[in-house]
Amino acid sequence: MTAQPSGPLAGDPVPAGDPVSQDGIAVPRGRPPRRIKAEHIRDYGIVVFAVVLFIYFSIASSVFLTSQNLLNLVFQNATLGIAACAVTFTIIAGNFDLSLGAIFVLSEVLGAWAAVHWGVWWAFPVAILSGLAMGLINGLLVTKLRVNAFLATLASALTFGGIAVGVTGGGLLITPTSKVFTFLGQNKAGAIQYPVIIFAVVAIVLQLVLSYTVFGRHLYGVGDNRSAARLSGLKVDRIVILTFVITGAACGLSGLLDSSITGSGSSTTTGLGGTLALLAIAGVALGGTSIFGGVGSVWRTVLGVLILAMITNGFDLLAVPDYWQNVVRGILIVIAVAISSVVDRR
Amino acid sequence: MSSPAVAPIRLVSIGKRYSGTKALDNVSVEVAGATVHALVGANGAGKSTLGKIVGGVIRPDEGQLYIDGRPVRYSSPREARVDGIVTITQELSPMPNLSVIENVFFGIEPRRAGVIQRRQMHRQYDELVSRWGFELNGNAKVGGLRTADKQKVEILRAVACDARVIVMDEPTSSLTSVETKTLHQMIAALRENGTTIVYVSHFLDEVIELADTVSVLRSGHLVRTAPVAEETEDSLVGGMFGAAQEAEHFEKPQGSTAPVILDVSGLNRKGVLRDISLQIRAGEIVGLAGLVGSGRSELARAISGADPIDSGTIAVDGTARAIRSPADAMAAGMAFVPESRKDDGLFLELSLAANTTFADLRSVASRLGILRRALERTKTSSLLKLLSVEPPVPSAKTANLSGGNQQKLLFARWLLRNPRVLILDEPTRGVDVAARAAIHRLINNLAAEGTAVLMISSEIEEVLGLAHRVLVMRRGSITREFGADPQLDSVMEAAFGLGGRPIA
Repeated sequence: MTAQPSGPLAGDPVPAGDPVSQDGIAVPRGRPPRRIKAEHIRDYGIVVFAVVLFIYFSIASSVFLTSQNLLNLVFQNATLGIAACAVTFTIIAGNFDLSLGAIFVLSEVLGAWAAVHWGVWWAFPVAILSGLAMGLINGLLVTKLRVNAFLATLASALTFGGIAVGVTGGGLLITPTSKVFTFLGQNKAGAIQYPVIIFAVVAIVLQLVLSYTVFGRHLYGVGDNRSAARLSGLKVDRIVILTFVITGAACGLSGLLDSSITGSGSSTTTGLGGTLALLAIAGVALGGTSIFGGVGSVWRTVLGVLILAMITNGFDLLAVPDYWQNVVRGILIVIAVAISSVVDRR
Repeated sequence: MSSPAVAPIRLVSIGKRYSGTKALDNVSVEVAGATVHALVGANGAGKSTLGKIVGGVIRPDEGQLYIDGRPVRYSSPREARVDGIVTITQELSPMPNLSVIENVFFGIEPRRAGVIQRRQMHRQYDELVSRWGFELNGNAKVGGLRTADKQKVEILRAVACDARVIVMDEPTSSLTSVETKTLHQMIAALRENGTTIVYVSHFLDEVIELADTVSVLRSGHLVRTAPVAEETEDSLVGGMFGAAQEAEHFEKPQGSTAPVILDVSGLNRKGVLRDISLQIRAGEIVGLAGLVGSGRSELARAISGADPIDSGTIAVDGTARAIRSPADAMAAGMAFVPESRKDDGLFLELSLAANTTFADLRSVASRLGILRRALERTKTSSLLKLLSVEPPVPSAKTANLSGGNQQKLLFARWLLRNPRVLILDEPTRGVDVAARAAIHRLINNLAAEGTAVLMISSEIEEVLGLAHRVLVMRRGSITREFGADPQLDSVMEAAFGLGGRPIA
């Protein structure tokens, strides 16, 4: 899915062996052939790795390669994937967002609260709009108050999480067993769960926006060279705010889906709420999007999230102890990021 | 403290290239121990590069450096420091959050079993300060100090580790005349003490007053090394610029009556620009000459909305424009090619196409903001060919281009917008000869088509070759105006403010 390459933009190197682009001056003798190879490993190694992992689990486990298992794998990671795809925008534009989980939790709680108090249909706009509003707050903190994005979203995450606990009175907020509320989370179109479809749609739309719109191009520019972007007439702050708003809204949607799947709005952070931000950013980084901005794609993030998901799923099927999953995930992320920075150091 | 041994320096056939252009070519200089040896030259002549090679900041590509007659090869300032060579530059600023004392003794703290002996460190500091006659509160945070005091910290740091050679790169460019005088006294005292000083500066009056020997550099070549007693400011300027270079010379229209396109009046920016007024007519190229730090780049940035202004008006085509951002300036028909293409110009990770269309994406997008990538490719491709960018491949990555091609790419971005006013800050910095000629022709052609051009360049030949009028800036003001083809000497004298700057 969504293997929509971003064309001539970042992440896609100059065609292989193109001699003109290595115009002899900047590159010392004897290095060009090796360097092109290294760039390819950096840019497409992760695709090869995903395929190898997929084939390995398919052979090692008789259950892995069944449509039932694969759909479940994506279903279980749909909410994470939506948030990760959206935060890719923020990261490409050169920022960071640690508040994904908190926005997810508070949106979920507010949506559920609205469903109980105002009527079930209110859950949808309230969850998504409250996520959007929280993203706007992050964006304003980062641009107007010039708070470092890392700290701004760390602080806002604490605040949002605290409010969520306050709204639920510290526990769960069960919604009336309305079919409407659980419709999206607990039903399928044919064999495919709705959250899987929504994840796919979000990923495709975001990738298309990134590759084929003026806004998408602006994100790369702001992330690659903020000063050049400003001197080219961009209102950089507005673009940065927008990335946070999109991420916030996507986390709101994730929260809505999660509450729809479980049938309740929960303020606990023992579930995905507590780990969402770090898992999403891990997926982004594993896919090959640069944490420094200017380089990356949504399809890479999808790949990153699915690799992390395959490891969980495959290890479970092969009865590998739980703790190995995180060990392997951590090592993978380090390898992926190290390869790219070693190659970039030239 | 033991008196440091005198250290002579010998540079033999030094060569250094930056992406194709030669910054230094076969330069040999001998610096006698316990003297002040000045390196002078125009911007880009290679004087700073030479100073940095002595200090281990830059590694030469060719040639050999000898200290005390011993061949050395430094790959970092740290290694040079081991031999007692310390470099003091504007950029190598101290650690702002540490105190003066902590900075001065950083890395050489008196310690016992790894524990810093604070009391001993303070005592040593007091000794140092009284010995050198400084007044500087050792407990003050360096970040809050004035520039001159920060420089004192750097110098104290150098003497605290018994530096035998101190390389000073433009040490006075941000000092007041009183501070400059203090610095000169310190340098004299250091020399008395046996320290060798390599002094890089474009303030010729200081060089004459201070140095024992001077080496003049021009375009990466050594012109001559001579005792200062044999030189005057005029002879140095003559050596720095020589006969007019082979920079292409263009025909210039006389007494244009074309309408005024850019009209700037009473522009002020506190501490940077003072009461700047200038007009540029359609088809006119106005050159802006002056030393680095004279306010040239700051003026370009102010007009093009990159930096804010305190007062003044900017009109384009007779309409006053409130310019608060680059976007405002662009809407008024201006285009600005900034000084540093890497820092402020290009998106190195993106494709040539993305770089070309970035400032005018609407022209290659539908009304809904969907990019028409085929159109983007064709537009980019034709511009790249027009400007002979190599390779003319829209999907190539910008970081892989040579300097000259990157600069042309930046021009492509702004040509796409058909600007009324083109503001160029160092349009040919760090580009090869062929690209330079191509860019000159391009600028001339754009003017011929009616564009108003404001061009800044440190290379005076470039300004003289292209400009229909030349404005000279000094310390934030426009101090002189020349018509077409002025004498190189008179422009240089105006830029250096000869007979101007009082030391005391």
